[in-house]
Amino acid sequence: MVLPVMLFFLIFNYLPMAGLVIAFKEYVIADGMFGSKWVGLDNFARLFASEDFPRAIRNTLVISCLRLGFGFFAPVILALMLNEVRISWYKRWVQTLSYLPHFFSWVILGGIFLMIFGTTGPANQLLKLAGAEPVNFLTRDGWFLTVLILTGIWQSVGWGAIIYIAALSGINPQLYEAATIDGANRWQQTLSITLPCLVPTMITLFILSLGQFLTTGFDQVYNMYNPLVFDVADIVDTYVLRRMFGLELSLATAAGLFKSGVGLVLVVGANALARKASGGEQGVW
Amino acid sequence: MRVSLGERIFSIFNLIALGVLGLLCLYPFLYTLTISLSTAAQANTPGFHLYPTEISWTSYRMVLSNPDILIGYRNTVLRTLLGTGLSVLCCAVAAYPLSRKEMPHRSMITFLIVFTMLFNGGLVPTYLIIKQLGLINSIWSLVLPTMLTAFNVIIIKNFFQALPESLVESARMDGAGEWRVLFNIYLPLSKPVLATVALWSAVFHWNAWFDAMLYITDDQNQVLQTFLQRIVVESGTELMELGITDSSVLQFTSETIKAATIIITILPILCVYPFVQKHFVKGILLGGVKE
Repeated sequence: MVLPVMLFFLIFNYLPMAGLVIAFKEYVIADGMFGSKWVGLDNFARLFASEDFPRAIRNTLVISCLRLGFGFFAPVILALMLNEVRISWYKRWVQTLSYLPHFFSWVILGGIFLMIFGTTGPANQLLKLAGAEPVNFLTRDGWFLTVLILTGIWQSVGWGAIIYIAALSGINPQLYEAATIDGANRWQQTLSITLPCLVPTMITLFILSLGQFLTTGFDQVYNMYNPLVFDVADIVDTYVLRRMFGLELSLATAAGLFKSGVGLVLVVGANALARKASGGEQGVW
Repeated sequence: MRVSLGERIFSIFNLIALGVLGLLCLYPFLYTLTISLSTAAQANTPGFHLYPTEISWTSYRMVLSNPDILIGYRNTVLRTLLGTGLSVLCCAVAAYPLSRKEMPHRSMITFLIVFTMLFNGGLVPTYLIIKQLGLINSIWSLVLPTMLTAFNVIIIKNFFQALPESLVESARMDGAGEWRVLFNIYLPLSKPVLATVALWSAVFHWNAWFDAMLYITDDQNQVLQTFLQRIVVESGTELMELGITDSSVLQFTSETIKAATIIITILPILCVYPFVQKHFVKGILLGGVKE
């Protein structure tokens, strides 16, 4: 039973990894993946000497940091807020609505946001009501990033909160009873019971999100960006895709390999750190 | 429990903030629905478009008379059914031996599978392999590469491991082989996790566009999301390619056409969402995020 499964992973996952050798080759279609000429690190040298690739790395880092910085705690906050709601039907409705966007592709969401943040869209309408000048959200660097990060959080916050809500429901209610007897108010209870109980979940999710650190967002960026904001929005993944369409396959592979290599180091490093900090108890594996 | 004034103010503020958030999650879809039902002139007047002032089905008629959309729908339904069915079945078959303690090299094989979550060959090598396998332009290029995913296999494996060992032993005693144990004992008991994996897989296939953009070169085999991507993101010139060449139409209807295409694409998800969303949530808790 296990043999076909192994074969499958070999073909669809490990063979492409072996195909990464073309990052170190001058790939010629006629010679094939393994027959092409070795060129060592030439492709990487060319990448870093180019103007676009360092920019793509910078943009990826900026977008990922913003996303992590603003987005990581959003689900925690949402879960805490939902946890305080005592009206169960209201809680259920808000929750159901909050993870609705998770189920649509960025082709759809991107299309919708291109309309909403367009020059005559409702976002500008709101600015007008507030007495402000209309803004070209999608073509101005700073605004584009703002829209990108905010819509990213909007899409993922409800889904992300689910796991925290589950963790919250697992907290022993006796802790709260004891705290109430000791005279702690709700805010103090949140700070000294609820939050500490969420920390292990947060660490696990943080490590996992580091694994996706350089990856997340391709779908979103690709469906929302335009050449006017390439300066801040051209990320490694979009760069790889453009090189691929330009048939510079070795260069594209080298760029992709660089990204996934860094991603692997990040997730393994973060896991090791988490284990060390907690004496081997925490960490994903 | 006594409730202080501060706590009461907080909980009112909290309820309002959450309500606003819920509405914010709904609004973009409502807006799209309104635009899709508006006449071109209305769609172009600035405003919040909470509801259509005058209902017009023109854009839907135009979208539905476009053969590409119907082809896309057919292909998307096909890939979703085929992809989901195969994925659930194969993930379960893959998970079963990994869940058995007597399986030799179990932890190493599990590691090799989990490793694919952390590292992969990336875009170009994967594309080249798919091409070498002769899958380009075939529905199999959309179904096979994602048929077995580490995450789903591990979730099912964890669920299997939680089932009581005595079930297997007694079945063995009665002479059942491995396949029988899997199909007659494990699978019927694992309906919750299988349903979750099926739902995830179905949503994935319904929404997938990037693989189709790369691997499908013939429009006859193209999926809905990729057509949508062309219409929505690369509008203008693409609309002309779709056969809508009347310039006045082009200028004024593009927004309503986009919106109608989006609504047609998300309608199936919206229709089943209220009924199945519980299972999605259950699933994420079943598997947890732990490997």
